[in-house]
Amino acid sequence: MMSEQEALFDYCLRIGDSSLIIGHRLSEWCGHGPILEEDIAIINVSLDLVGQARSVLKYAGKVEGQGRSEDDLAYLRDVTFYRNLLICEQPNGDYGRTITRQFLFDSFHYLFLQELVNSTDEFLAGYAAKSLKEVTYHLQHSTKWLLRLGDGTEESRRRVQEPLDDLWRFTGEFFNTNEVDEILISKGIAVDLSKIKPLWEKRVATVIEEATLTLPTNAWKQLGGTEGRHTEHLGLILAEMQFLPRAYPDAKW
Amino acid sequence: MDEVQIRALLEEVKDPEVPVLSVLDLGVVREVSIIENVVNITLTPTYSGCPAMQVIEDDIVSILKKNGIETVNVKTVLSPAWTTDWITEKGKRQLKEFGIAPPEKSSIDKNSIMGDAKFIGCPQCDSENTEMISQFWFNGL
Repeated sequence: MMSEQEALFDYCLRIGDSSLIIGHRLSEWCGHGPILEEDIAIINVSLDLVGQARSVLKYAGKVEGQGRSEDDLAYLRDVTFYRNLLICEQPNGDYGRTITRQFLFDSFHYLFLQELVNSTDEFLAGYAAKSLKEVTYHLQHSTKWLLRLGDGTEESRRRVQEPLDDLWRFTGEFFNTNEVDEILISKGIAVDLSKIKPLWEKRVATVIEEATLTLPTNAWKQLGGTEGRHTEHLGLILAEMQFLPRAYPDAKW
Repeated sequence: MDEVQIRALLEEVKDPEVPVLSVLDLGVVREVSIIENVVNITLTPTYSGCPAMQVIEDDIVSILKKNGIETVNVKTVLSPAWTTDWITEKGKRQLKEFGIAPPEKSSIDKNSIMGDAKFIGCPQCDSENTEMISQFWFNGL
C-alpha cells in the first residue's frame, strides 16, 4: 500500500507532467504558426502550461522530500517515471491536429481545475485557482478554432475530423483512476474524476455538433501514461528537452 | 527603515516588460513586513509562466541592498491569484500613456468562454470602433 505522501507526489507529477509535455509540444510551434497572431497565441498557451508545470513540480519535489528541484524532476527523469496523459505527448501534426488535441485536453483540464480548487491541499487549491484563469483562455481559444475549422471548408473539416477520430482513443485516460486517486479522494485532496466525466462528454459533444463534426464512436481506451507506460513519442520529446542539462549539467542561463 | 520607506524603494522597481509601471502599481507586491530586521516581501505572478518574476525578485533584492538592507526574504505565492483589478489607478493611467489599453474590471471571467469579448477603447485616440483580433499578447500581461 502506497503512503499518502507517495500518492500526493505521484498526483503532482501527473498534473505537472501533463502540463509540461503538452506545453513542450506547443512550444514546437514557435516561429511556425500559420499566422502571426496564432503563433503568439499558441506560444502563450505553451508558456502558461510550462509555468504551471514548474510550480506544481516544485511542490512535488517538496512533497517527496528528497531535495529534488523542479528542474531535476523535469530534466533528470526518464520515460517510465513520467506520469503525463498519453494525449499530451502525441505529435503536433498540422495546425488542425494540434487544435483538436488541445481542445480535447483543454476541455478536460478546465473541468479538472474547476474541481481541484476545492482540494483540501492548500497548495493544490491555490494552484488550481491560478491556473484556471489561464486555462479558461486556452479552452476559449481551442473551442473557437475547432468551430471555425469544423464548420469551415471541406478541407478544414477533414483536417479536424481525422485527428478527432484518431485521438479519441486517448480521451478515456482522462477519467482512469488508480490507487493514487483512491488514497487522495478519501482525504479530499484529489478530484473525483467520475464527477467530471459526464460534464466533459456533454461539453465536447455539444461543441463537436456545433462544429458540424461527427462524434467518434470508437470506445477503445488507450491507457498507461499515469502508470509510466508511454507511447514512443515521449522518449523523443525527452531526448530533445533533456539534452542540454544532461550534456552540460552545470550550465546556467 | 519602516514599511513606508521600503514601499517607497519598491516604487523604483519597474515591470521589466512595461518599464513605466512599478511593481506596486502592477499589483504583484502582496505584502511587505519587517520582522527583527528581516524584510519579508511576498510577490504573486501576473501569470504562471511569467519570465519577469525572477528579474523582479532580483531587482527588489538589489535595490534594498543598495539602501543598506542586507536581509531580504522574497516569497512567491499563487493564492489569491493576481487579477488586473490590482493594477492601481495610477498604473492604469501609465499603461494608457504607454500605449496599452488598461484592462476593464475583472477582464478574466468564466463567462467569457463562449461569450463575446468585452469592449475596449483605443489607448491612442479613445476610439470605440475596436475589435478583438487576439486575446493573447506577446508579454501576456
